[in-house]
Amino acid sequence: MSATGLTIAVPRGALMGGTLDLLDGLGVDTAEVRSNDRKLLFEDAGIVTMRPSDVPTYVEHGAADIGVTGKDVLIEAPGRDVYELLDLGFGRCEMVVAARGGSEPLERALRRLGRLRIATKYPRIATEHFGRTGRQIEIVAVKGSVELAPLTGMVDGIVDLTATGKTLAENGLEVVEEIVTCTARLIANPVAHKLKAPEIDALVERLRGSSS
Amino acid sequence: MIHPIPAGTRDVLPDEMRELRALGERLRATFEQAGYGEVWTPMVEYEQVLRTGDERAADAAYRMFDDQGRVLALRPDMTIPIARVVATRLSDAEGPLRLCYSAHSYRVVGQRTGQQREFLQSGIELIGVPGEDGEVEVVTLALSALEAAGLARHRVGVGDGSLYRRLLTALEVPGDRHRELLECLTRRDMVGLELRVDALGLARDARDLLVGLPELRGGPEVLERAGDGPAGEALERLRTLYAALEARGVADRVILDLGLVRDLGYYTGAIFEIYDPAVGFALGGGGRYDDLIGRFGAERPACGIALDVQRVHVAQAAEEGQR
Repeated sequence: MSATGLTIAVPRGALMGGTLDLLDGLGVDTAEVRSNDRKLLFEDAGIVTMRPSDVPTYVEHGAADIGVTGKDVLIEAPGRDVYELLDLGFGRCEMVVAARGGSEPLERALRRLGRLRIATKYPRIATEHFGRTGRQIEIVAVKGSVELAPLTGMVDGIVDLTATGKTLAENGLEVVEEIVTCTARLIANPVAHKLKAPEIDALVERLRGSSS
Repeated sequence: MIHPIPAGTRDVLPDEMRELRALGERLRATFEQAGYGEVWTPMVEYEQVLRTGDERAADAAYRMFDDQGRVLALRPDMTIPIARVVATRLSDAEGPLRLCYSAHSYRVVGQRTGQQREFLQSGIELIGVPGEDGEVEVVTLALSALEAAGLARHRVGVGDGSLYRRLLTALEVPGDRHRELLECLTRRDMVGLELRVDALGLARDARDLLVGLPELRGGPEVLERAGDGPAGEALERLRTLYAALEARGVADRVILDLGLVRDLGYYTGAIFEIYDPAVGFALGGGGRYDDLIGRFGAERPACGIALDVQRVHVAQAAEEGQR
């Protein structure tokens, strides 16, 4: 068992560094995780690694007691029965609407064609945002680089996550609307939250102390 | 060729069926020995009847029409049908009623979440015994049924379904904000809860109570840490209940949980949830529902607990693997 007494789901990708830094601060030995990027399960450290969108799944099923993932993942996959315990503050990104040549082409498409075509990996967030603002859209679900979709004329705009706006700018896209700010969140399995309350509370307390 | 079955349902073959039967029989025998008689109700009910029991319970997984065009629904739990039976067929029965069941219920679950839409419940309902006497009886009986099933590490979370609502009222939080705060708690969104509480601009003490109280869970120290304050009445009830559970010798299985909520709306006081370290989901739950039978025309205090037999089976298999 690890230093925290818990099994922790750590997201690979952009949030991994920040998560491992936090765990270092809690006395978890993350050296092996940092040095081996093919291995997925680290029993001594009590760490399992996975893509961020899988973290709520593993935590909901109790395969991990707690985990770290982005707020974007939690919004896009609601109904997962997990506790959202803490805003960890790092990994700050904006969920945005971006388009070529600003908002004017979007308005024109909406006025003349009655709907916007939007490419995204976040169909739920996109549907909710445009629904709330009273605009009809057609979602085009893509898996890879969303920025490509408007460049080829397939869609009018995209809904995507951006940290610095660099990739958008390099592809000639402008942010036209900001939907929501997303940061890394600490989540917990509901049963572990009760059965391992002392371990989880101790961890939350220390993270609160270090993040504020 | 593939002939699919509806999502969230499953076929059971002899090896598993034998084990499920044996498990169900052990649970039922424990209930029967304690004086709980088994009942059976129709799998389909008029939707209107389910809605009388609970608005959200009427949000059934399957609906259909009968030949008269009336809307039928598969029952989402057994508590509402039993409340109907008690208020109608058993309205003349004197003294407490002890009923148990083993039956399938049907609920909406997320797609591809690995959860069941059709699930087998084994449970008890104790009608006509108010207060902690009733609650202690159903909790201890559910615990011993699980022991009879071979579980050793199970725990019961005990809370009060009205606690947070009372706290909001006592702290004079505007009524139009209650719903979103309660929804955060039900969704287990503690970050969202804190944000919304902060936005209320309350005094420090009140703010800390609204954020901190639902995070308290554990042994009797929880009640000490909660103090008295605005939630005093509900806390007092929990203290009495805990003392009674202690007197029955089951305190070491109890986790007091001031943040516990159940998503069905008919609970009026104590609520319960059953956990086992081998399963990531609660094995079952229940609580006190003193108003429910009254909605069908004959007011009677009542409480009950239901166990998800397939989840208990997983815990049982894990327990056997431990030995």
